[in-house]
Amino acid sequence: MSTETLLRLENVVKHFPVHSTRLLRRTEGVVHAVDGVDLDVRRGETVGLVGETGCGKSTLARCILRLYDLTSGRITFGDTDITELSRRKMRPHRKRMQMIFQDPYGSLNPRRRVGPIIGDPFAIQNVADGEERKRKVQELMELVGLNPEHYNRFPAEFSGGQRQRIGVARALALRPEVIVCDEPVSALDVSIQAQIINLLDDLQDEFGLTYIFIAHDLSIVERVSDRVAVMYLGKIVEFGPTEQIYNHPRHPYTKALLSAMPSADPDVAEARERIVLRGDVPSPIDPPSGCSFHPRCPKAQQHCVDVEPPLEVKFTDPPAHRAACHFPVGDGEVLAHATPELALDTEGDVL
Amino acid sequence: MSQLSAATAPPEPAEAGLSEAAKKIEGRSPWQLAFERLRRDRVAVGSAIMIVIIALIAIFAPLAKRITGHGPAGQYRDTGLSPAGIPVGPNGMFWFGTDELGRDVLVRVIYGARISLLAGVAAASIAVLVGVVIGLAAGYFGGAVDTVLSRFMDVVLSLPYLVFAIALVSVIGSSMQVSIGVIAFFSFSSVGRIVRGQVLSIKEKEYVEAARSLGAGNMRIMFVDVLPNVLAPVIVYVTLLIPLSIVFEAALSFLGLGVVPPTPTWGGMLSDAINYYQVAWWYLVFPGAALLVTTLAFNLLGDSVRDAFDPRYNRLFAAEE
Repeated sequence: MSTETLLRLENVVKHFPVHSTRLLRRTEGVVHAVDGVDLDVRRGETVGLVGETGCGKSTLARCILRLYDLTSGRITFGDTDITELSRRKMRPHRKRMQMIFQDPYGSLNPRRRVGPIIGDPFAIQNVADGEERKRKVQELMELVGLNPEHYNRFPAEFSGGQRQRIGVARALALRPEVIVCDEPVSALDVSIQAQIINLLDDLQDEFGLTYIFIAHDLSIVERVSDRVAVMYLGKIVEFGPTEQIYNHPRHPYTKALLSAMPSADPDVAEARERIVLRGDVPSPIDPPSGCSFHPRCPKAQQHCVDVEPPLEVKFTDPPAHRAACHFPVGDGEVLAHATPELALDTEGDVL
Repeated sequence: MSQLSAATAPPEPAEAGLSEAAKKIEGRSPWQLAFERLRRDRVAVGSAIMIVIIALIAIFAPLAKRITGHGPAGQYRDTGLSPAGIPVGPNGMFWFGTDELGRDVLVRVIYGARISLLAGVAAASIAVLVGVVIGLAAGYFGGAVDTVLSRFMDVVLSLPYLVFAIALVSVIGSSMQVSIGVIAFFSFSSVGRIVRGQVLSIKEKEYVEAARSLGAGNMRIMFVDVLPNVLAPVIVYVTLLIPLSIVFEAALSFLGLGVVPPTPTWGGMLSDAINYYQVAWWYLVFPGAALLVTTLAFNLLGDSVRDAFDPRYNRLFAAEE
């Protein structure tokens, strides 16, 4: 891994307007899907992105690939600012960044044969034609562990794991520098998950790929990531080296997420405190003031309601490890018994 | 057994072996599967055969003229009318009898098939072509494009089509082309709405996003990724739209708004026949039966096509075997 920054996100914001009626098209509010994200990704590393469903992980992924236009903020790829590039000007950059999708069933056109699907990148980018394209596609199929003779089959004739390999082959076709993996294994059986993870690992070694790995399965993220970013309600609440995040979580939300991680070792599972968060994730249409985690946080105080905490280094952590919290969790602190000083107006349901 | 013999057989040239293997592995497309199901459906095969027969009859209509010796517009006042001037019933010379002008009903029914099929197929084709393009554009681009196109389709659907057709024909005059145009104009919106609805769901699929992330343009996404996935319901609708158009054309002719006499049409014949049905039942029954058989064949085929594209039917079928 080098220290060269390949991808830089500065204060990326993506809001989706919510319309009331279809006829009058009045804008009623906005969903704050991604609400000010700073992130830098270095060449050759894997950055894990974790968070609950609906926290904006997938939206962020689509913003990075410019499938969505940003509401504000800036994305720099290599040394090009791609934020404002037109569709046409974006096209050459698309060769350098690709995506692996979550749903191995939805991400392949059911009416097309596998060969043309994997060959799409060549066709769209005008890289290779005819026999050459077919040869390249079959090489790719072999590379990801598919039988090249299945070139003329339809996606429906493959299993979920094989389909995901097709998705990997397509993403790999143009030899991109960055691959955004949007929950690439969460739709697969556990035994197949390991195969795909290992495949992604091997490909990273072979081609020096950079991954942005989105998942809600914390053990998989721990296994693949060099650095981990924890997202909550469209914001990154903690970011740092994997080992730091998993062993010294500073944000109460990170701590709560980690406490929910299943463990194969019963002694570890027994010893670990389970932190049960109150209530549900608030609506991203009207996110809470200050620290957006405060309605559910066991350590929340009035200060958290008033002031949004910046992402900064806590205690004596290495400078790469930053958390956005006014009252960070210390090592060994028992969070479940911390009593919030903030009187909450509504008693959240205990989940 | 064949595998065994292949294993023991002397090694063939590698190329031939590979192409054979590749052929074996070639998957069948959803279209092929649907067609396969259709082919095993007796009703579908029967109605398809019926349609082919009707089409052949229409194409070879001049043959009927030669065999019977009667032209479609020829008036045989000596042989075709009784001394009192009443149409004669089916006999050796006029198999389906004659009409009030002494014309051969059989020949006219056969020639009428040409108009009906042509109007039905042409109007349905135009309606589908226009409907698919408009529906695709409305669904894919959304926003203002969708609003304008959808409202336009709503307006067309809410027009009282018969009143509108009567007004239109009385202004520009009646002809085959006008009939087809009117039918297509009042049919394309339903196709457009079906396509639009399908496109709205298909365009959110991840494979569309995948194409976009590869840098594919709108046209490519629309025609390579979206269109093939919305065609199944369109094809089903087409098979039902053809008989609808045939009936529509018959209705226009019946009202005297269709093809100009003396060109025979089923609707026109029915219209004339209602004045004589008490003395000449054959005049009413044969064109009516022709219309019925044709629309029934298309409708039954349409039902079968819908079943063939319906995966639930697939399972029923498999259990039956």
